[in-house]
Amino acid sequence: MSSIEHAADLPAWAALAVAFFLVVGAGLTLIGTIGFVRLPTFYERIHAPTLGTSWGTGGVVMASMIFFTVLSTRPVVHEILIGIFVTVTTPVTLMLLARATLHRDRAEGNPDVPGEAPAQVLVEDGAATKAD
Amino acid sequence: MLPYPLLSASLVVMWLALNGFTLGHLILGSVVAVFASWGMASLRPAKPRMPKWYLLPKLVGIVLYDIVRSNIAVASILVAGRGRRFRSGFITVPLDLQNPTALAVLAVVVTSTPGTAWLEYNSLSRTVLIHVLDLVDEAEWQALIKGRYEALLMEIFE
Repeated sequence: MSSIEHAADLPAWAALAVAFFLVVGAGLTLIGTIGFVRLPTFYERIHAPTLGTSWGTGGVVMASMIFFTVLSTRPVVHEILIGIFVTVTTPVTLMLLARATLHRDRAEGNPDVPGEAPAQVLVEDGAATKAD
Repeated sequence: MLPYPLLSASLVVMWLALNGFTLGHLILGSVVAVFASWGMASLRPAKPRMPKWYLLPKLVGIVLYDIVRSNIAVASILVAGRGRRFRSGFITVPLDLQNPTALAVLAVVVTSTPGTAWLEYNSLSRTVLIHVLDLVDEAEWQALIKGRYEALLMEIFE
């Protein structure tokens, strides 16, 4: 909107800080996406985008907070809320994807994936008591 | 009428903060807050109890610091690419924590820290399966999660 036109009014120190956090945030998100493409297995790949959802978001949010606070066009609550919501919702999707993959790998009997611990323990216990 | 007064109040405040303070948005936000708290009540969640809520900022501080550190660690692994070999793997961590809210917080902490992903909690054996991107020493990770986060969460919630 019109705030971009006011960007020239930003004092140098604030412009530097905004640029720094933007580059850090965008850079981390970029590294995360590159890792997402390059890592070999699914379980390794799920780690890469968390760069973007943690300090990738954090950096951009910080830059936005500094920009709009210094220009005092509006209060900075938006960014804090964005940060909280991104942080809280990331694990939901991550666990959904990871558990679906775990389930499939176990069903296929993939040896690289740990089995379900308690079921095995219970079966072994049952077998042990029957043997006794 | 209002099963969760604190939730409703914060929803109204959030609505006004996002949309600007006008009479119309106050009414609309209040209606949304009331219906949202009814929806929340029909889920019948256990009321979270935090006797030592004043320790929360300490947890947030520790987690933010760890997130910065692991961001740098994971970013350097990804940038180094195929040149540097790392070994990823699964670890199982036994947990003493049983409070569902505290477990949810721990899941958010572990997942939002790059390099570790909370895969599944097993309430029967009370263990959690975590995937670690750069797994050097399994015992070290178990000690980190138990000592750094779980101990503090148990203090906050129990």
